[in-house]
Amino acid sequence: MLIADEKTVKTPVLADNPYQPHLARIVRIFKMVPDNHLFTLRFEDQWTAERFKHRPGQFMMLSVPGAGEAPISISSSPTRPGVLELCVRRVGRVTDALYRMQTNDVVGLRGPYGNGFPIETLIGNDLLIVAGGLGMAPLRSLVWWALDHRDKFKKITLMYGAKNPAEMLYRDELVSLADRSDMQCLLIVDRDPTGQWKHHVGLLPTLFDHADINPATTYAAVCGPPVVYKYILQRLLALNFSKDRILMSLERRMKCGVGKCSHCSVGYKYTCIHGPIFTYWDAINLPELV
Amino acid sequence: MKIVKIPKKKLDLFASILRQHWEIHAPVEQNGRYAFKPLTHWSEARLHYNRTILPPKKYFMPPRETMFHYREGKGYVPAQEELDQRLILFGVHPCDIYAINILDEVFGGKYNDPYFQTRRKNIGIIGVDCTPDEHCFCRSMRADTVEKGFDLFFTDLGEEYMTLVGTSLGDDMVLMAAPLFEPITAADIQKYKQVSSEKRQAFSLDVEIHDLPEIFELEYKSEIWDELGDQCLSCGSCSMVCPTCYCYDVADTVELGSKAGDRVRTWDSCLFHTHALVAGGENFREKRSSRIKNRFYHKQRGMVAEYGRPSCVGCGRCIVGCPVHIDIVQVINRLRGEDHANRG
Ligand SMILES: Cc1cc2nc3c(=O)[nH]c(=O)nc-3n(C[C@H](O)[C@H](O)[C@H](O)COP(=O)(O)OP(=O)(O)OC[C@H]3O[C@@H](n4cnc5c(N)ncnc54)[C@H](O)[C@@H]3O)c2cc1C
Ligand code: SF4
Ligand code: SF4
Ligand code: FES
Repeated sequence: MLIADEKTVKTPVLADNPYQPHLARIVRIFKMVPDNHLFTLRFEDQWTAERFKHRPGQFMMLSVPGAGEAPISISSSPTRPGVLELCVRRVGRVTDALYRMQTNDVVGLRGPYGNGFPIETLIGNDLLIVAGGLGMAPLRSLVWWALDHRDKFKKITLMYGAKNPAEMLYRDELVSLADRSDMQCLLIVDRDPTGQWKHHVGLLPTLFDHADINPATTYAAVCGPPVVYKYILQRLLALNFSKDRILMSLERRMKCGVGKCSHCSVGYKYTCIHGPIFTYWDAINLPELV
Repeated sequence: MKIVKIPKKKLDLFASILRQHWEIHAPVEQNGRYAFKPLTHWSEARLHYNRTILPPKKYFMPPRETMFHYREGKGYVPAQEELDQRLILFGVHPCDIYAINILDEVFGGKYNDPYFQTRRKNIGIIGVDCTPDEHCFCRSMRADTVEKGFDLFFTDLGEEYMTLVGTSLGDDMVLMAAPLFEPITAADIQKYKQVSSEKRQAFSLDVEIHDLPEIFELEYKSEIWDELGDQCLSCGSCSMVCPTCYCYDVADTVELGSKAGDRVRTWDSCLFHTHALVAGGENFREKRSSRIKNRFYHKQRGMVAEYGRPSCVGCGRCIVGCPVHIDIVQVINRLRGEDHANRG
């Protein structure tokens, strides 16, 4: 009977499925740091590749066949389209499986997800980017976006700290930034066993002693492990930063990336859609955020 | 809205007409409790029941659902085999319909969940009114009546069921069985008002939700949460039986000896220890007290911010199902400092 048949719409799942991973090929694996490799990926499907747009601070859900899915920040800048760079730390099931793959193997990607940095708001201001350890992964996209739109910002300052030079992500790239005159790139390591390190040695917050930051005209973007947040926030607040000029990128467990599974909830927000970029003001108003 | 009525003794006939097109699922009794099950005979259906063990959400987001098949060369192929199942849920209570309406919002929006939405389209709902028992507080949660989300809605007037027609599909159902339905009379309307006021008076539980978000903020550090954390077993029952708890987990399975596999999602609970665990062993809700607080907080506070109302519909399932008798109504009343207000 017609009426009953109309009820069963042939499934639209294929048409518009936010959970659909698109196949992407690994075009390059750069062994940047042990257990922190940089994977360069290209969508198999030209249509998907051409339509793909992201903003700094957003992330992808990366699928490794048989192993599962994991949220990974987009490390490359939208100003350098065509491929996506993901800096992945090997920690468990999905990331292990990724590390067993080789160039030309195929993974799944969906996204981009998350709010990303509010670049419209940042434009016209000074930019202070502070990263600790793997925190450089999501911030690198912002660094290059800003440098590729250099005229849109006043002062640009980057502070990045790693345990030692061997564990510094994007080391060569960042070291060359230190030579640029249109920005200040401050690099620091806790220890320097090599004796070859020409930049700072010590703890990340001490870099503030080398920079001249005007809190009234600056937006600060911070990412790193909890201890980094703790001490960097102290510094920024001591400088009298307004709480909504401090932006932080947060990590939570994520299963869907699109605000459905509840895994990433903080207080009453979802990190995956309301974040992962939050202002410090959001943070203190959401229980459990940091 | 089109409103008609059907004599009770003609219900089995109505059901047999519907069964020509749909599989009918209705509450069936099992050792004094109820569960939605496929009917083999209309006589198994129980339209007077307090609550089913699992809410109807099991039809819209099954406890275990395959999302994709992974096939080498083909990639991730959406699993749609089960989605075309055509059925009618006969006898859904207002609070449970309300809950499905809340899930509509959660699984809709910018990122539409096509699995949920397809099932929602393919499953007809015939609601039925009910009489509250000692654990129901849907009236406090404003979910004792529902104005959308059903195809038909039945209210017991004694000899017949008054029938609200909610959708064009519902209208089709009525038209298919047109000779069974009758127009309503002035006497029916009187009777309906009487039933409605009797229902209102039958509630023994009450909570005030008006400024609950503020109370939750004020009591965020209350020692009540530690107490609850000490009692709670983290068994997750309260989430499983809740019609609006929608957390899920996703995992990939591999077929032995091949590169093919499935991506499967399963019900999860924010009460489980691993729910908020991240790399490096950092767990944002390590303590049980913070997890149980998160559940209450998300339902009564978070959902208000996101969707304009708490997601609890007052069905009472978590009260009945908790092995250590944690009672959401008591918790709210204690937070409000009104623990004497109800049963005690
Ligand atoms: C928005 C966002 C951006 C991220 N960006 C990056 C990135 O650029 N590079 C990168 O290497 N990692 C990133 N992560 C972390 C990454 O998602 C997890 O390390 C990854 O999910 C672990 O997956 P797995 O299957 O390999 O490990 P599992 O086997 O799942 O778990 C290994 C360990 O990781 C923990 N874990 C599981 N899921 C997460 C999670 N979502 N976040 C943190 N820990 C988790 C587990 O509790 C366990 O301790 C990001 C996470 C988020 C939420
Ligand atoms: S929280 Fe409890 S009473 Fe409220 S809807 Fe869920 S199971 Fe029902
Ligand atoms: S049912 Fe009770 S014991 Fe089990 S997780 Fe929920 S509150 Fe805790
Ligand atoms: S990851 Fe599922 S809700 Fe955020």
